[in-house]
Amino acid sequence: MKKHQRRTLSPEAVIYACLIYLFLYLPIFVVVAFSFNTSKMNIVFEGFTFEWYWKMFENRSLMDALKNTLIVAAASTGLSVVIGTIAAVGMYKFHFRMKNVVNNALYIPVVIPEIVLGISLLAFFSLVGVQMGMGTLIISHVTFSLPFVVITLRSRLAGYDKSMEEAAMDLGANQWRTFRRVTLPILAPGIMSGAMLALTMSLDDVIVSFFTTGPNSTTLPIKIFGMVRKGVSPDVNALSTLMILATVLILITSNIIERRMEKRNG
Amino acid sequence: MEEKKEVPPAGGGEERPVIIELKDVCKSFEDTRVVRHMNLQVREGEFLTLLGPSGCGKTTTLRMIAGFEQPTSGQLLIEGQDMKGKAPYERNVNTVFQNYALFPHMTVFDNIAFGLVEKKVSKKEIRARVEEMLRLVQLQGFGDRMPSQLSGGQKQRVAIARALVNNPKVLLLDEPLGALDLKLRKQMQTELKHLQKSLGITFIYVTHDQEEALTMSDRIAVMNEGVLEQADIPSRIYEHPVSKFVAEFIGETNIIEAYLDAVDGDCLHATMECGHATIYAPGFVLEEMVYLSVRPENLKCSLTPVPGFAVRGIVREHIYVGNLIKTIIELPTGQMLRMLSLPFTPLAQLGQLVYVYWDKDKAVLMHTKEEKLYNLIESGMLGKEEAL
Repeated sequence: MKKHQRRTLSPEAVIYACLIYLFLYLPIFVVVAFSFNTSKMNIVFEGFTFEWYWKMFENRSLMDALKNTLIVAAASTGLSVVIGTIAAVGMYKFHFRMKNVVNNALYIPVVIPEIVLGISLLAFFSLVGVQMGMGTLIISHVTFSLPFVVITLRSRLAGYDKSMEEAAMDLGANQWRTFRRVTLPILAPGIMSGAMLALTMSLDDVIVSFFTTGPNSTTLPIKIFGMVRKGVSPDVNALSTLMILATVLILITSNIIERRMEKRNG
Repeated sequence: MEEKKEVPPAGGGEERPVIIELKDVCKSFEDTRVVRHMNLQVREGEFLTLLGPSGCGKTTTLRMIAGFEQPTSGQLLIEGQDMKGKAPYERNVNTVFQNYALFPHMTVFDNIAFGLVEKKVSKKEIRARVEEMLRLVQLQGFGDRMPSQLSGGQKQRVAIARALVNNPKVLLLDEPLGALDLKLRKQMQTELKHLQKSLGITFIYVTHDQEEALTMSDRIAVMNEGVLEQADIPSRIYEHPVSKFVAEFIGETNIIEAYLDAVDGDCLHATMECGHATIYAPGFVLEEMVYLSVRPENLKCSLTPVPGFAVRGIVREHIYVGNLIKTIIELPTGQMLRMLSLPFTPLAQLGQLVYVYWDKDKAVLMHTKEEKLYNLIESGMLGKEEAL
């Protein structure tokens, strides 16, 4: 690999870059800072405390919402990954009429305004007569994350060599063993990044969830959204800080895992 | 082309049992007929090459034997057993792929062990057999490497080891040396040939490189447009091609259309658009249209007329090709004949009129359905005694 030439940046470029990162991270920094604020008001910093973190853990409804969020995220990610992998592999392997239409139809849920998707799902669920709750929430999250899983996997499959599967079969592996020992491990990095996308999208979704959630299945983003109307309480700041921490950790681990897989796969 | 010829295996001596047999095998993809009525027998321990230009059906034939494709019609037998509906993992053959198809997520060791793991061979035996294979392909100590860390030639060896470790009855090789540079290819050719000889395994080798086919094979099956044109030992393919395609595809040759119109002792008299010739033509009858194929090394020219021949041409070019000199002679019909001669032989000058001839038994005759020349003769434009 070619080494990139290192050039010293001009001071203007440094300032410009700093401004961009300031713009990106200042609001986040404010939330983190105020989560340690002794004052209840998010206006002035009065002193340092961990109080809000303890308060947060004692807040039953907040903890329930967190639990719901994690359940929905895990379930919808799992489902989208399984369905998406099967779909992407199937669309790669088989040729059929209207394949282009089916392909392009995948992008529509991606570009469609989320609010439209939310309303459509609400209308659909009421039409069918399903009770709103965790079930509808999970289904709706699968709806918007599935295309992302398929799309990331498809880009991975574009560089995939079919003869590797033939080689496995030639060496005595049946279809299932071939999938287990060759196809799946090679696609794993793609599945991984698809899963990460689905997970993060599910974790912070407000709009679609707002329409498809039931009384006992409030998720964290909706809960926070509701609390904000009464003014942000400092325990929400604390929770947000923890969520930022969790996201960064997930991002780092997934990057490490992916890089390791890429390295192995060459 | 149509008739089935029984050809003795290499060496001619003992008759080895047939291990793979294609009986009237056809393969179509939608409307394209890729392989047509193919009949072929491969014997145990034989190095058979499927040779032909790209798109001639050779790879499809190999893939049918491997089980990746099913014949549209006809029968495929491996060790006497009908392979209809048998998946690749149910056949005792292994394939070396053109692009190696190594598993990128496995080490060299795990790649080679793949087939043995599927067969549930014990860990201890796997280790022993893989190590033995690594020795065989001269890659000792490479077991822990990933395929991405190997060179092209090393990947090729791993692919071969991965197939051979399963002790297949037949090894199928799909242009295995296609991606290697010329020097490495020559070296691998020799290695592969030695490997095949020492292991005694049947090799079915697909290539479009006629030189590779001639040097490595016990027998060559030449294919064109889905049809098996000729299957024979290399020297017979070169010296006695049965069709114009085979003659032109293997080595260089001069093809001239001719009409056999008179008997001349034990030879036949041939009328061509460019003149006349007397040729030794067993198996051919009078009043037949043929193609004459004369290899450049068999073509000769003289400054004085040669008895039995009446073909004149003009020397157009001498090309120095190192150990030989290639001379281009233009016939009155505009056709360019190529002639090879040793250096230091006296050369005719450029523009010089020469008489072209060849030894009577050095022209190979092939049946043709070409009617152009016949029509010329019928219309009286070409008489028997007319010269040039």
